[in-house]
Amino acid sequence: MSAPTVVAPTSNQELQEAVCACSHLAVRGGGSKPGLSPEQPAPVTLDLRLLSGLLEYDPGEFTFTARAGTPLKTVAATLAEHGQYLPFDPPWVDQGATLGGTVAAGLSGSGRYRYGGVRDFLLGVRFVDGQGRLVRGGGKVVKNAAGFDLPKLLVGSLGRLGVLAEVTFKVFPQPEQYTTLRLPQPSLEAALATLATLARSSFDLEALEWVEEEGCPVLYLRQGGLAAPLAERQAALRSWLGGGEPLAAADEVRFWHTARELAWVPEGSLCAKVPLRLEQVAALDALLSAYGAPRRYSAGAAWAWVAWPAAAAELHRALSRLQLGGLLLKGQAPSPLLGIRSAPTLAERIKGVLDPFNRFPPLG
Amino acid sequence: MAQTALLDELARSIPPERLLRQPAQLVPYESDALTAFRSRPAAVLLAATQEEVVQAVRLCHREAIPFVARGSGTSLSGGSLPIQDGLVIALNRLNRILHLDPAQRIAVVEPGVINLAVSRAAAPYGLYYAPDPSSQQICTIGGNVAFNSGGAHCLKYGMTANHVLGLKVVLPDGEVVELGGASLEGVGPDWTGFFVGSEGLFGIALEITLRLLPKPALYRTVLAAYDSLEAAGDAVASIVAAGLLPGAMEIMDALAIEAAEAAVQAGYPRDAAALLIVELEGEPLQVEAEFAQLLQVVDRSHPRTLSVAKDDADRARIWKGRKSAFSAVGRLSPDYLVQDGVVPRSRLGAALAAIEQMSRRHALRVANVFHAGDGNLHPLILYDGRVDGELERAEALAGEILQLCIELGGSITGEHGVGVEKRQYMAALFAETDLAVMAELRRALDPGELANRGKMFPDGEAPALRAQGPHPLERLGLLSRE
Ligand SMILES: Cc1cc2nc3c(=O)[nH]c(=O)nc-3n(C[C@H](O)[C@H](O)[C@H](O)COP(=O)(O)OP(=O)(O)OC[C@H]3O[C@@H](n4cnc5c(N)ncnc54)[C@H](O)[C@@H]3O)c2cc1C
Ligand SMILES: Cc1cc2nc3c(=O)[nH]c(=O)nc-3n(C[C@H](O)[C@H](O)[C@H](O)COP(=O)(O)OP(=O)(O)OC[C@H]3O[C@@H](n4cnc5c(N)ncnc54)[C@H](O)[C@@H]3O)c2cc1C
Repeated sequence: MSAPTVVAPTSNQELQEAVCACSHLAVRGGGSKPGLSPEQPAPVTLDLRLLSGLLEYDPGEFTFTARAGTPLKTVAATLAEHGQYLPFDPPWVDQGATLGGTVAAGLSGSGRYRYGGVRDFLLGVRFVDGQGRLVRGGGKVVKNAAGFDLPKLLVGSLGRLGVLAEVTFKVFPQPEQYTTLRLPQPSLEAALATLATLARSSFDLEALEWVEEEGCPVLYLRQGGLAAPLAERQAALRSWLGGGEPLAAADEVRFWHTARELAWVPEGSLCAKVPLRLEQVAALDALLSAYGAPRRYSAGAAWAWVAWPAAAAELHRALSRLQLGGLLLKGQAPSPLLGIRSAPTLAERIKGVLDPFNRFPPLG
Repeated sequence: MAQTALLDELARSIPPERLLRQPAQLVPYESDALTAFRSRPAAVLLAATQEEVVQAVRLCHREAIPFVARGSGTSLSGGSLPIQDGLVIALNRLNRILHLDPAQRIAVVEPGVINLAVSRAAAPYGLYYAPDPSSQQICTIGGNVAFNSGGAHCLKYGMTANHVLGLKVVLPDGEVVELGGASLEGVGPDWTGFFVGSEGLFGIALEITLRLLPKPALYRTVLAAYDSLEAAGDAVASIVAAGLLPGAMEIMDALAIEAAEAAVQAGYPRDAAALLIVELEGEPLQVEAEFAQLLQVVDRSHPRTLSVAKDDADRARIWKGRKSAFSAVGRLSPDYLVQDGVVPRSRLGAALAAIEQMSRRHALRVANVFHAGDGNLHPLILYDGRVDGELERAEALAGEILQLCIELGGSITGEHGVGVEKRQYMAALFAETDLAVMAELRRALDPGELANRGKMFPDGEAPALRAQGPHPLERLGLLSRE
């Protein structure tokens, strides 16, 4: 088999031409989530990294528009100069993840807990569909109810419905400072009970991560905001919880960096995201511990990050049995969508409109 | 006739008191809250179960009869306006909260549940449902989902779409699908998000899974009066620039203040040109620290007066004035149109100045009430429908405001939807290709364009009759806007 051709458009027009010129192609921001690319390499790969750069950013407006191939790292650095950030903590910043890849993969990180995910901060898109049309959806202002919400349709579309060319996001002021409390739990049941109580409390947590340490669940509770009251806020949280050790500043930065970069996932291991409800955690956890799979539950256990030590097909079957769906981010499988599917007939109809010639890989 | 076949078949299982066919029974359903439009359906089905809704949609599909879902009919853009000789599927009776899970922080509700009822049901658990349209005492979650409705508190936690996790939907051809679920996250395309805001064109939501939030432990509400709208707008810009993230930032102009005062005695300073409400919410220690910062920023913006809500009653009073502003302004004039444009937040001043000029040129009073933190304007254009030509002038003015929003890089609607009213402006906001793709997506789900035909797309069929005055349900005393 000949090596796939890589095409790297430098403008929206070149991107449209490239799509029209190929009968089968796959999109790549560059590859921090190779599990999302098709197993059979398409004859042509569109490399989006040259479609890069901020197009509009007025800090007073708290929104920006950038080309889809812009690395998250560039965006984060520019926003930070003005004390702003993307509150949903997109993963794999240091590995070069791009804005387009993050939207297409539908990935959010720990910060999802407080204000929402990538879907909630994406305001507008321009994308090239499978007919080579440059289409705009949404807008550039923080509130907009005109027309169908195409931006949300492209969140999680995995490069199967169109190629993102430009994205507009809203951003927030970054908390001045953070602190994190480490709270070991005696058992899984205890951890779940703590999550349930926290859910109803009025503590404003930025993030709530559940990590397995020496066979026991440990919760990490992150608070953020103005520097002055933060120590007292943490003390209040601690006394309410009846325990917990504050992390030293350097450890706190390291912990959340590791979380964001998924640096705890062993080299070469498969990596998947599995969305959850609280009552599903126990069954999934039993499966994962039987396989000795390293795992973390993110954003109050809204989903699990799973480092899977066996074949992807085995994870697919196991998730199906548990009535769970998943997304394979690293590793190879016939489809990155694992376990149960949502709305397969709807998916087919929408795919038929945006990619009638099946230029992009199948959604299923 | 296809209508007869449909209605006869429905009548086999639906009792006549829930299948309205007499002209007198249909009158209250001929408009929504945009009373300038009116149109008579063939019948209204007061659905009592999800199965009835599904059955009705399937029959409409079979007989190619257009249908409109209807919640409380408070749409301000003609979204729930009936289709001439079509079927109205009224959902108010589907009003059960099916499931409330405080640990997962979700509520699963039927579409006819009233917005405020969700927060009431969640209150015993210390939770609430964040989106708070001013109509929240009467509007339904189904209507909110269809329009991606907002409210005064969208700044921090977003609009309806940010709070809908899952949906059970009957598509326009009668297929029932489940989108999303009870988790905050999913995989694959965000079908739930795609459905929200589709204005009833993608079918009818039968069950909605909502995200609940913990009630903030403390609110701090500030009321500042200014000598000009511009000064109030500048204050908003400096609050944002200071890195503060209030839950709400609202501005009212002199006319809106006067009206609100006359209606509900909110205790607003009557001689101010503009009033700014800013509300902080969250953990007490954090809120108090932000509050100190906020007072400094507001102080530097030279308000003529500055007051702080002393207690919950005081806070409620401030919000009551704001939330009743639409209907209060309505009392100043026999008729009014509400607009819903959005501009980039930094262009608020420019937009308000331009609107003032337009108001003078058209010799029509315009009151401004808006979600300043979001750049979402709500100019209320006052007119008298009995005076020849005034409605046309009001509509022309409304059109100029929308055009202005587009020119400033904004949108023609922030939360009220396109409906019938703003269809023709879609072509100015979107390119031909964008609209073509949206129309193809719609036809992929609804080849016959049966679901809410004539809405959102510029070339839809024109609605039939026109009228002015209060909503028919208001005339009957069934609906009030407070
Ligand atoms: C260890 C390592 C080191 C690296 N070092 C560098 C480096 O030094 N410099 C450098 O420039 N790069 C580097 N890269 C490449 C970098 O990983 C890519 O830029 C990055 O992976 C972008 O991909 P992504 O994660 O955003 O999305 P991907 O993993 O590429 O894609 C995720 C999914 O989104 C889809 N997708 C991606 N973009 C779009 C789009 N615009 N529209 C529609 N669908 C889309 C894909 O089809 C796929 O389904 C490195 C990568 C690794 C793993
Ligand atoms: C005084 C007043 C104040 C208002 N304030 C605000 C505000 O602050 N913010 C705001 O955003 N809006 C506001 N509105 C507008 C209006 O209340 C909202 O648009 C609301 O969401 C409509 O709800 P409803 O139940 O009345 O829906 P309806 O008017 O009955 O229907 C609205 C649309 O939703 C569709 N629909 C209804 N139910 C369903 C369903 N189950 N599935 C699919 N489609 C459905 C209808 O077909 C129609 O297109 C206000 C209106 C009034 C009269």
